[in-house]
Amino acid sequence: MIPRFAPGVRLHHDKARARWVVMAPERMFIPDETALEVLQLVDGARDLDAIIDALVEKFAAPRDVIAADVRAMVADLTNRGALQA
Amino acid sequence: MNAPLAILAELTHRCPLRCPYCSNPLELTRASGELTSAEWADVFAQAAELGCLQAHLSGGEPTARRDIVDIVAAARAAGLYTNLITAGVLLDAPLLARLQAAGLDHVQLSIQDAEAEGAERIGGMKGAHARKQAAARLVREAGLPLTLNAVVHRQNLHNLSAMIELALVFGAARLEVAHVQYYGWALENRAALLPTRAQLDEATRIVEAARAQHKGRLVIDYVVPDYYAARPKPCMGGWGNRFLAISPAGNVLPCHAAESIIGMVFPNIRSTSLRAAWEESDAFNRFRGTAWMPSPCQGCEHAERDFGGCRCQAFALIGDAAATDPACALSPHHAVLASAIAEAGDAAFVYREFSAAQS
Repeated sequence: MIPRFAPGVRLHHDKARARWVVMAPERMFIPDETALEVLQLVDGARDLDAIIDALVEKFAAPRDVIAADVRAMVADLTNRGALQA
Repeated sequence: MNAPLAILAELTHRCPLRCPYCSNPLELTRASGELTSAEWADVFAQAAELGCLQAHLSGGEPTARRDIVDIVAAARAAGLYTNLITAGVLLDAPLLARLQAAGLDHVQLSIQDAEAEGAERIGGMKGAHARKQAAARLVREAGLPLTLNAVVHRQNLHNLSAMIELALVFGAARLEVAHVQYYGWALENRAALLPTRAQLDEATRIVEAARAQHKGRLVIDYVVPDYYAARPKPCMGGWGNRFLAISPAGNVLPCHAAESIIGMVFPNIRSTSLRAAWEESDAFNRFRGTAWMPSPCQGCEHAERDFGGCRCQAFALIGDAAATDPACALSPHHAVLASAIAEAGDAAFVYREFSAAQS
């Protein structure tokens, strides 16, 4: 499975406020740290395993822990309409 | 002072429709007075630098400008999320493809009613409804997200359920059910547009039922008319707090209706920077914060929730922009709303048009 942004949704760096925001039709929200780590790896090419691998390497954490976090986060972001089901 | 989050770019007052509730001012700006696409590009760069994240491209009808693709590209190049607010009647496949290639993020399409006859009587343009259906199809086929905007009032509320169905048929993910707000042309036509209390209550019931029924498929935003309210709307989230608008002629405004306040002078982007307009102009500072507030707003527990309501409405209804919005039950002028409701009925529309005096 390759996570993708839903139509009209993108991650944007809000320079004036030094933060990242998820821009979506008629709304925006500020991702928490975990969501941001995942969203920054969503590029339409990486699949879920590749995203998990990248975060395992970045945080030097056990793969099963990272994998559970990433799957839960992708499900949550999909429910919120930021990622495509 | 906060930085603005969104900019409303009113690119033109030209529009093929003549809706009697148009929020544009009664005195419309002619094409010759409009900012150029190069000037808009500069506005967008300044807006992004100031902190804006979204650009709402509106009008009039924004696609009435032949350089609309350049304008969208400039907004996107500045890093802004670009939302085209359109009547859809001028959209065809080649134009939409060019807009999408320019980076357009989202389309908000207006409808005037659920079926052609009512829609075309209200919008004042023959053939408009079929063109809107075609535009919605093009937007969805292009894979762009679509919001449908249904402005509702006394003369089309009986079709609200059908308008919600239309949003589903059109493939919109969002629907705005927006009761008319009474500024500009809408104020002129208030007696023909104000709903009855029974209409309002039925509309609210229908929206709540539809939200539950279509959860996960259609999000419905609901804008209520404050003529029946006890508390005013938190207009613009506060004057000069998170939002700015630019008129077709380049006036920098705290809200798109602000020019209706006679006596206020607004900075023009041809002679000032956006930052100076936002941070330093008298117009933006006039109603910022709570210090300007009159009694009964001063010290009221709602003061920082609704900001005393709408300045334009206070001016329009009681002639004083610095008064508490009469939509608030605490306003000594609250009764003017009930009087307006009592006068509403079967008045004929005054359609929006460029005044003869200006031509």
